[in-house]
Amino acid sequence: MSYQKFFHPEESYSRSEIEALQLERLQATVKHCMNSPFYQERFRSAGLTPSDIRTLDDLKKIPFTTKQDLRDTYPFGMASVPLDQCVRLHSSSGTTGNPTVILHTKKDLEEWANAVARCLWMVGCRPEDVFQNTSGYGMFTGGLGFQYGAEKVGMLTVPAAAGNTLRQLKFFTDFGTTVVHAIPSYAARLYEVMCEKGIDPRRDTKLRTLVIGAEPHSEDTRKRIEEMLGVKAYNSFGMSEMCGPGVAFECPEQNGMHIWEDYYIVEIVDPDTLEPVPDGEVGELVLTTLKREAMPLLRYRTRDLTRILPGECPCGRHHIRLDRMKGRSDDMIILKGVNIFPIQIETILMQFQELASDYLITLETVDGNDAMTVDVEMKDMYIDDYSKLQALSREITRQLRDEILITPKVRLVPKNSLPKSEGKAVRVVDTRKKY
Amino acid sequence: MTVHQLSVFLENKSGTLVSVLRLLKKENIQLIASTIADTADYGIFRIICSEPEKAYSVLKEAGVAVSLCEVFAVALDDRPGQAADAIEMFAGEGISIAYLYSFLLNGKGVLIFRTDNAGKAAEVIASKGLNVIEEKDLSRLL
Repeated sequence: MSYQKFFHPEESYSRSEIEALQLERLQATVKHCMNSPFYQERFRSAGLTPSDIRTLDDLKKIPFTTKQDLRDTYPFGMASVPLDQCVRLHSSSGTTGNPTVILHTKKDLEEWANAVARCLWMVGCRPEDVFQNTSGYGMFTGGLGFQYGAEKVGMLTVPAAAGNTLRQLKFFTDFGTTVVHAIPSYAARLYEVMCEKGIDPRRDTKLRTLVIGAEPHSEDTRKRIEEMLGVKAYNSFGMSEMCGPGVAFECPEQNGMHIWEDYYIVEIVDPDTLEPVPDGEVGELVLTTLKREAMPLLRYRTRDLTRILPGECPCGRHHIRLDRMKGRSDDMIILKGVNIFPIQIETILMQFQELASDYLITLETVDGNDAMTVDVEMKDMYIDDYSKLQALSREITRQLRDEILITPKVRLVPKNSLPKSEGKAVRVVDTRKKY
Repeated sequence: MTVHQLSVFLENKSGTLVSVLRLLKKENIQLIASTIADTADYGIFRIICSEPEKAYSVLKEAGVAVSLCEVFAVALDDRPGQAADAIEMFAGEGISIAYLYSFLLNGKGVLIFRTDNAGKAAEVIASKGLNVIEEKDLSRLL
């Protein structure tokens, strides 16, 4: 069966068409934002009115929106529509860190599904495909986000959700799965278990396409995954503040992720001066939503560091391409696709009387998977009681898992044994090969 | 009724044990008995030694993770079945032994142990007339 190349006409827009659409949508978005008490106040204190936004360049007059703003207005203070028009919310994980909430109207969910569908279509997903999603569902946007996008494409979807690797493999073989969404470390795990069970992905499955995202990974990792599973693997970029997946995605060229500029205005700024960086240089990604109803965000500082790849893409799309994420301009850790702030870990540890105040979070790649070790310094007085020490590390592990949704390895270490640099404790060591 | 024991927390790294022993050697402190409980991640090195309080401050000052605690030391005749009979007395009272090690001293077996209920264990020792070794008895022997 033959299909059209582009999922939406906007996908093949020229630069001038994209920019005309952006201006129109920016002006509409800014007007709409005036329904939110937060943006009303922002504009008032900046001495701005929506009519001041006459060109795309006028965007720079608008103050940035930060994650802290989302936290400060938790849960619904940034909504630009009444709550009764909202049909879903997604919230960041964590019980001690301030969570953030993103609200969606019916139309927002529709547009989100459209964006994800466009990404999947771009890499060759078609209604004949069987799409298996190994993402956690629920609040984690990689679950429902890909679910609705894949359905929009018309694929048969297998919402397998996270974990239970043997069951995932059974679905591959029984349902003839052709497309899988998995974080890179889980893709490696799938292969490992296939080998253990004598399953040859090329011979015994129909896997063809892998969508990998949510977890920073290197080009080497991608190549390794492609080689292991006999698939093409495409990098996906998204974040819950921008709905989730569907923000930017690699095309078949596998050279940078097209970010959908009919959905977002992209700026790359120096995280310190907040001034735009020259084209092609690395800076912090700042996004303005153009299609959102419930919670439009103006100049949102994503804290992700990347750059715009210069030049035209041979695929024929003129939406700019983002390079792989190069890191963060804050201390957020991305582990197995889960966002973790060290303060979440610290808050848990500080509740234990038995612990001294220093700790060290080590992130490493073990057998191709992300792993976290938390070394905690212990007060001396508990040393003689082995069962207490064991119970202590078990309890710390349990509480950390409840908070960060990942089970770290907790190691008790003597007081003053952790490294210090210039008197300041080193909190996070990341030895993963990522960028 | 108890003797002092040092408990040292050792990371599973080479050189940690010898560095503790060197510190004790330097201060001319003699080991009387010792044992290492090993786990996947760390070891607990338990030491009965001459001048335990001095040893404690020496290690502490050197930054070693150490605690000074009190354990029971009971002397038994050098005959088969003595340990069984002694521990039976505690078991009969519902007292659990957290850890135990032993050494020979002047022809007597000495059991060093810690229980989950020190108060009750002391009552058992007193009422059954077990032969308790005091700290001064230990150092006198050196």
